[in-house]
Amino acid sequence: MNSIFTEEKPEILIQEDGTRIDGRKPDEMRPISIEVGVLRKANGSAYLEWGGNRVLAAVYGPREVHPRHLALPDRALIRCRYNMAPFSTEERKRPGPDRRSIELSKVIREALLPAVFVERFPNTSIDIFVEILRSDAGTRIAGITAASLALADAGIPLRGLVSGCTVGKVGDWLVLDVGHEEDMWGDADIPLAMIMETKEITLLQSDGTLTPEEFREALDLAIKGCTYVYELQKEALRRPYIAVEKEVKGEE
Amino acid sequence: MGLEEKISSTLLKEHLLKLAQAGKRKDGRKFDEMRPIEVKEGTFTKGLGEAWVSLGKTQVLTSLKFDVGEPYPDTPDKGVLISNVELLPLASPSFEPGPPDENAIEMARVVDRAFRGSDAIDLSKLVVEEGKLVYILFLDLYVLDYDGNLFDALTLSSLITFTRARIPLVKMGEDGSPKLVEGENFPLPLVDYPLSFSFVKIGEYLMLDPNLEEESVADAALTLAIDKDLNICSVQKRNGTFKLSEINKAVDIARAKYPEVIEQVKKVVDIA
Repeated sequence: MNSIFTEEKPEILIQEDGTRIDGRKPDEMRPISIEVGVLRKANGSAYLEWGGNRVLAAVYGPREVHPRHLALPDRALIRCRYNMAPFSTEERKRPGPDRRSIELSKVIREALLPAVFVERFPNTSIDIFVEILRSDAGTRIAGITAASLALADAGIPLRGLVSGCTVGKVGDWLVLDVGHEEDMWGDADIPLAMIMETKEITLLQSDGTLTPEEFREALDLAIKGCTYVYELQKEALRRPYIAVEKEVKGEE
Repeated sequence: MGLEEKISSTLLKEHLLKLAQAGKRKDGRKFDEMRPIEVKEGTFTKGLGEAWVSLGKTQVLTSLKFDVGEPYPDTPDKGVLISNVELLPLASPSFEPGPPDENAIEMARVVDRAFRGSDAIDLSKLVVEEGKLVYILFLDLYVLDYDGNLFDALTLSSLITFTRARIPLVKMGEDGSPKLVEGENFPLPLVDYPLSFSFVKIGEYLMLDPNLEEESVADAALTLAIDKDLNICSVQKRNGTFKLSEINKAVDIARAKYPEVIEQVKKVVDIA
């Protein structure tokens, strides 16, 4: 059955000179803007716009674990829920977890966990909520980038921020920060997240065939993207304090 | 995990790490050595293809069933493959009855991606009537005995299952309803033979095909799928962290191991 929402595959995803379907160069990112501390009730939060993605992340904790038997005697329990809102996609998505979002919740948790000093908070839980309000390819990476800032905003001690980026293979090209059409019809897709301070890779997935040379090059390109995202994250974290500093100093 | 388990796992980890520093693993294997692979003979299911595979003391059973139905709207010209992993309570004291948990779901999706990423199954050949009726394949992955590295065992048994599978021929009848063509079937259109290679990191040591003990204390875990051209067709980092150099090393080991493992598969099934 054809759905009225079925999209047509574009004839050309990338031109011979490397111009992408949305006009970007192969190593050009989409615009990103980040705001930290956007929710009142949560201990930490962040809102992120990345291309057409709109993501809210919130952190609760360290707090008492419910149910109690899940508590860990030597460290904090980290839980994560990645969820796509029903209105985040072209065709309305049925609310609630599906297999994809269960896997993504797991890999996002595993991407963030290595950055947290969990041993500082035994018998507690740190709960991370990632809500995708609008999706436009790269939501897991956008979620990790936002959630990492929400953890920092909650004042939870971290080894470093976790920064993410996706590289895709489209025809013969490796492209940075995969867009919607490239995600739908591209040949491979490699999301990567890294603690830039320690150069540890905390998320790596790949779907689609890559030669070993392409794979290596893709990882290097993804890390380049993460470096850029990291700078934006630091700037977003500092921004509220800079505003306060200006106020105190009486500057405008 | 209670404190007691925490203490015993800390001791085990220290022990495995000390062995690793001396270049050893507890079961005597080299860091890049897989456990023995065995494929059990016999018929165990009513599937179109099946395999009961053991990797060391890990045992899995996979079987392929089919039906016909509507294609997905975005791929009207392709058949459908649905994979489901069951972590049976009989396989491990840590598995509990109930719907698939995040581990089972991740596993099913990663095994699925090894075949999808390499376009191993030509799904366009699994169409009865384009846009209306396609073959829907159900790959059920049963974990029977859990001693570590389910990812590689399941990918291997899936590959053997696919290779053995014969799909009954379905034609659209004159009354517009699908009918089985008596006695006619065709081999599953398998055009690539991906294999999975999983690693754990204990301390700074990368170990291929971890057993349960190694998995239980590992600092990090990584699964790579390699296709017949030795390209990388899927990657899944699981817990922990890796340096870029470690990922590259794992890729080299997996590519070097592929020919050896596929040779063992060829002893059991016919592949080009």
